[in-house]
Amino acid sequence: MISNIDIRMAGLGGQGVVTAAHILGTAVVSAGKHSAVNPFFGAEKRLAPAESYVRMADRPVYDRGEILYPDLIMIFAPEVITMGKSYTMPFYSGLKEKGLVMINSDEPILSEKEQAGLDKLGATLFYIPATKLAMEFAGTELATNMTMLGALCGLVDLVEIDTVIEAVAQRFSGKSKFVASGTTAVLDESIKSKYAKVSLLIEKNTTAITKAYEYTKKLNQSK
Amino acid sequence: MNIEQKNVSPEHILFEAPRDKAFITGSEAVAEAVKRANIDMSIAYPITPQSESMHLIGDLYAQGYIKDYYRAENEFAVMAAVHGASLGGGRVFTATSGPGTLRAAEMFPVWAGSRQPIVCGFMCRGISLPPSIQPENIEMTFLLDSGMLMFHAENAQDFFDMILKGYAIAEKPDVHLPVGVFVDGFFTTHTREIVMLPPEDIRLSPYDPKCSPVPAFDMETPPMRVVRDPLLNKSNFISYAANASWHQEILAAAERSKKYINHYMNGLIEVDNPKAKILIAASGTAVAQSREAIRDLQAEGIDVGLIKVKSIRPFPEKEIQAATENAEIIIVPEFNAGGWLAREIKASLDHNSRVISAPRIFGGMPMPKELIVNEVKHAIKKRA
Repeated sequence: MISNIDIRMAGLGGQGVVTAAHILGTAVVSAGKHSAVNPFFGAEKRLAPAESYVRMADRPVYDRGEILYPDLIMIFAPEVITMGKSYTMPFYSGLKEKGLVMINSDEPILSEKEQAGLDKLGATLFYIPATKLAMEFAGTELATNMTMLGALCGLVDLVEIDTVIEAVAQRFSGKSKFVASGTTAVLDESIKSKYAKVSLLIEKNTTAITKAYEYTKKLNQSK
Repeated sequence: MNIEQKNVSPEHILFEAPRDKAFITGSEAVAEAVKRANIDMSIAYPITPQSESMHLIGDLYAQGYIKDYYRAENEFAVMAAVHGASLGGGRVFTATSGPGTLRAAEMFPVWAGSRQPIVCGFMCRGISLPPSIQPENIEMTFLLDSGMLMFHAENAQDFFDMILKGYAIAEKPDVHLPVGVFVDGFFTTHTREIVMLPPEDIRLSPYDPKCSPVPAFDMETPPMRVVRDPLLNKSNFISYAANASWHQEILAAAERSKKYINHYMNGLIEVDNPKAKILIAASGTAVAQSREAIRDLQAEGIDVGLIKVKSIRPFPEKEIQAATENAEIIIVPEFNAGGWLAREIKASLDHNSRVISAPRIFGGMPMPKELIVNEVKHAIKKRA
């Protein structure tokens, strides 16, 4: 299992990059490791660039703020790259050598220049149809962050998938005290309103995570 | 209130009660501290990155943990109103950030002057030069001589503990000064990390206004008895002397607070690896970033120690002198353009050319450990 890793998640406001980071951090900590999680510091709005950062380690994590030199980059929306909806240009700037990139897209979207940039770093690139998987198994594109998390766990041995699923349940069950910004609270209500019950939301998200996990597990084995 | 809370001593809540692990943000840690602080009144005015904390404290009011809470007209109104509540004998809490701090600044020396044990959170951010809502602690430099005690928290754990410790220290009869608990906004308020919390069914015992050197106001002790003529501006020598001695008493009270800071905060500074010839001295988030840099430097075989400055006022002059006795290089990384901590340290030391005021980060930029590592290596090269 990999212990020390810095992850940068980039997407569009409203897609859940902050929630994904929260859930991953919670899972890592409940597995007995250390983690610190933070969003990009600034004013957020829907469809504007949004970033969050997850640090995890088997020793205390002191470092905070934006992750400038990530080991792994997760791109939650193609527009981060194709429309420059990003705080970091090019999207892989700062990526460590032999780093890993996951892009939510059904098909290749990188320009030759971007591909050359990644090749120069010896980076590994995976395209994940995360929104497609979210639509198929959770019935909403708002579950894209869940399928991205599932896909991450299938590709990299960070934390048990069951621990991530438990963290999702914790996040949405209302049992844990959770503070959301105004917009996040609205989105929480929005996703909850899509299902008759919170238990159904958790069940559908669990399916979406598991399917995405299995998808990349296979992908990883074939590479 | 969802739960019955038992009144306990600061020693019990801080040192004896068992603690459980929580994975929370700094804003949530503030609310957890306030929940256990037995607050009479809290007054809010929103500003990023403080808003979440005071919002959560509003929730605590709704749940019955606080006797009174409202949103005031602006930051000046907040600081004036909590002053009034404190003069009336209540335990109060509020918080603000950057421009809010400056807008309210007239009230901070007033708090100190009337000897009120107010605890205020400062979630530091940029002020308007040019406008920024991002992390930066330049506002601290404006408050250094406001008479309040100033503690700088490294992370959410410190923030939680220093708020409770702030009340314990501020309310001692021979201290009775306001306490500002400062953090670097966003870095601490918006980061989710592990915080160890005592149970929520205990809280500090209520504030006893009879411990105050200045009697609490009520109908029999109206304000005019305390602030009447001598301290106001009568142009005669007796009024000047009264004013001056009152000032001296505030400075003396800060000096007397040191023994309580030593007791509750385990020292005004914390020193790791004091024998190292190269030291990094920092406060707040810059301490956390320095810990990462030191880990890398030690791995490369470069021996570097750390001084974490916890109390900015009173300033630990003697403690820093002792800790740096054998140091050849003292690097002071800071999250502000002015370099106020380096200035304070330089003013405390002999041979202060040892002090290097760098890196200075501002405008919302992060301070990657690599910057500190480079600064250390550069200083070594320059000396050789």
